[in-house]
Amino acid sequence: MKLRRSMLFLPGSNAAMLSTAFVFRPDSIMFDLEDAVSLREKDAARILVFHALQMPVYRDIETVVRINPLSSPFGLTDLEAVVRAGVDVVRLPKTDSADDVRALEREVERIERDCGRAVGSTRLMAAIESASGVVNAVAIATASPRLIGIALAGFDYVMDMQTERGDGTELFYARCAVLHAARYARIDAFDVVYADVNNDAGFLQEVELIKRLGFNGKSLINPRQIDLLHNAFAPSQEEVDYSHRVVAAAEQGERQGLGVVSLSGKMIDAPVIEHARVVLRRAEASGVRK
Amino acid sequence: MIEDTIVTENVKSRLAGVLLPPGIGPFGGITAPVSDPAARTRRNGRKLCGDLDEAIRRSGLKNGMTVSFHHAFREGDKTINTVMERLAVLGFRDLTLAASSLLSCNAPLIEHIRSGVIRKIYTSGMRGKLAEAISHGLMAEPIHIHSHGGRVHLMDCGELAVDVAFLGVSTADEFGNANGVSGRSHCGSLGYAMVDAARAAQVVLITEEIVAFPNAPASIRQDQVDLVVAIGEIGDPSKIAVGAARMTSNPRELLIARLAADVIEHSGWFEDGFSLQTGSGASATATTRFLETRMVRKGIKAGFALGGITGGIVELHQKGLIGKIFDTQSFDAVAAESLRTVATHYEISTNSYANPSSKGAYCDRVDLVILSALEIDLDFNVNVITGSDGVMRGASGGHSDVAAGANLPIVVAPLIRSRIPTVVRRVTTVVTPGDTIGVLVTDHGIAVNPNRPEIAARLKAAGLPVTTIEDLYQRAIALTGEPEPIAFQDRIVGLIRYRDGSVIDVVRQVKA
Repeated sequence: MKLRRSMLFLPGSNAAMLSTAFVFRPDSIMFDLEDAVSLREKDAARILVFHALQMPVYRDIETVVRINPLSSPFGLTDLEAVVRAGVDVVRLPKTDSADDVRALEREVERIERDCGRAVGSTRLMAAIESASGVVNAVAIATASPRLIGIALAGFDYVMDMQTERGDGTELFYARCAVLHAARYARIDAFDVVYADVNNDAGFLQEVELIKRLGFNGKSLINPRQIDLLHNAFAPSQEEVDYSHRVVAAAEQGERQGLGVVSLSGKMIDAPVIEHARVVLRRAEASGVRK
Repeated sequence: MIEDTIVTENVKSRLAGVLLPPGIGPFGGITAPVSDPAARTRRNGRKLCGDLDEAIRRSGLKNGMTVSFHHAFREGDKTINTVMERLAVLGFRDLTLAASSLLSCNAPLIEHIRSGVIRKIYTSGMRGKLAEAISHGLMAEPIHIHSHGGRVHLMDCGELAVDVAFLGVSTADEFGNANGVSGRSHCGSLGYAMVDAARAAQVVLITEEIVAFPNAPASIRQDQVDLVVAIGEIGDPSKIAVGAARMTSNPRELLIARLAADVIEHSGWFEDGFSLQTGSGASATATTRFLETRMVRKGIKAGFALGGITGGIVELHQKGLIGKIFDTQSFDAVAAESLRTVATHYEISTNSYANPSSKGAYCDRVDLVILSALEIDLDFNVNVITGSDGVMRGASGGHSDVAAGANLPIVVAPLIRSRIPTVVRRVTTVVTPGDTIGVLVTDHGIAVNPNRPEIAARLKAAGLPVTTIEDLYQRAIALTGEPEPIAFQDRIVGLIRYRDGSVIDVVRQVKA
């Protein structure tokens, strides 16, 4: 089970962080060439990330690069570098329509052919950062078989909506829209970053909300948030114990030729059994909540 | 006043014709056994000196002798510099300086070495400009770097015979009862000073405050003390803790701390009544916090904590998670205050703490210890004294003592500091032999000494990221490249003394 709970952002221009970030074991690491890199450092960051992607230490961790928009002077150069360096996933910022994804896909395929990389091996994800992107979320999510997920990016979105970050109400529609589009397309959905890195309680409250909504995970800007997030997403010992009982009851029912079985007076049907199996797979992949 | 002569005559008549056993003389008058003839008239104040110069004069210090100090005030110490400055002004030469440790604040000693006041140094460590100057060949004689326990051993075996101990204490009474927990400048435990007070030929207490007799508790007692003098400042307690009590927010230090707590939890020693020691480093302090949740979850309490004591340990003690604290050095104000007020927080001398030739050292009874490292090599040898440029910038401290005594010594260190690997093929300087190290915890994974296969098996079974030290080394140089060897000259500037007094390594002069 490939978990994508945590996607750790790293500024591509920060050489020290590039050389150590993998030790924090996020599910994915995202090297940023876009907003976290100043104009004067765009080239330096691209070269650093190009080399970091090829370091053996990043071989067993999913790598994502957020490139500059293709409409900017840097976007295509970024893409040339990272596809050639073997990045797992290219993250497209400010995705407003399915056309943005298709334009990216065409360039990726051309570069793959140019450099001899297997066509289709570069996966994509789209970041939705505007009202237009939210409205077009379904079209975006289904625009390419290369897409592994879509992500909501909060700061640009709330600006576009003429509001600001608050208790989450301002993101409610966008979160639901992006999540439904992702589930419709059968790809992953990622929630916004939580910027107040010293507020663990606030962070965990937001994690609880997006987990309940159904997000796969969240973009992170500080390694300290990784363990908090992973632990919050891990099933509890009670959930694991219950799931074991559900699966055992279902298997016994199957042996006895029963369609529906009951456990402690509650009916166990197919969705309940499937959910129990997901919990057990998740527990195996992430451990039990501490 | 009774006339001695009359009494003596009286006794003489009583002993007339008595043949006393050889070596035993007749009563000679009541003043005879008192060393100071003027004692009868000023008995109570006889130890008090008007100023430091008088104390130095009365101590009988001569050129070529050995003077000793403690370093409980760490970077806030003012006693060493003040006394050495007076000794220089008074024209003393060729002294041996035996400080339990020296720090960056001791840079003024450079002048006294240049001018010949100090000829030889025994210390546990050095930092800053003094360390840099000595590493570059300032002294004609190599300095001796010893461990905390090893220092006591060197005194007991006679090599380090202290002529005059100048001991800074927070308060003392005129008779010499002193502690580090009362008065305006607390340093907490006087663990190092207690050793010197018991061994030096002359013991001079230097204090900021003379309090009414009898001062209690008496870490140093009246029967050990020759002279007492008050000076303006002995030390600044606010500089004792160099970030020791702070909870780090550095994600890498937290990662290492959590892994170290995981190692402790699954080491096989994490049982009710276990004992522990942690240093003052950021990862070590954070480890205690991570340990707390694990202790609560499993319902485990520690029997005792040992060593340099931090606020983090005190907090666990206050919460009832640690039974007793044995404190040879208080690393911050929280620890000093706890020592003053809490009955189950005990002060111990470094002799009881770690002397390998004492009749029993606490460090031999500790289960788990968290230690730091500047470098650790493929044989698990640890360097805590020389930096990557070959310059001394650390301290042997209790490192080798506790590593030798504890059931499971755990070294915590980042794999790479800036661009410099911590895991190396061969350490620049061996302070603690690798055979005594159990586990290395880095941000890149855990390596277990091959001589502890049972520990490796337990940690692997718990799913911890256990690898080999060779693998960590390869990983480090894959990231940084193989560092250029440091250029040393042949000349030896430091002898590294193991805790038993033997020489385990030497430090050579770095090429300028």
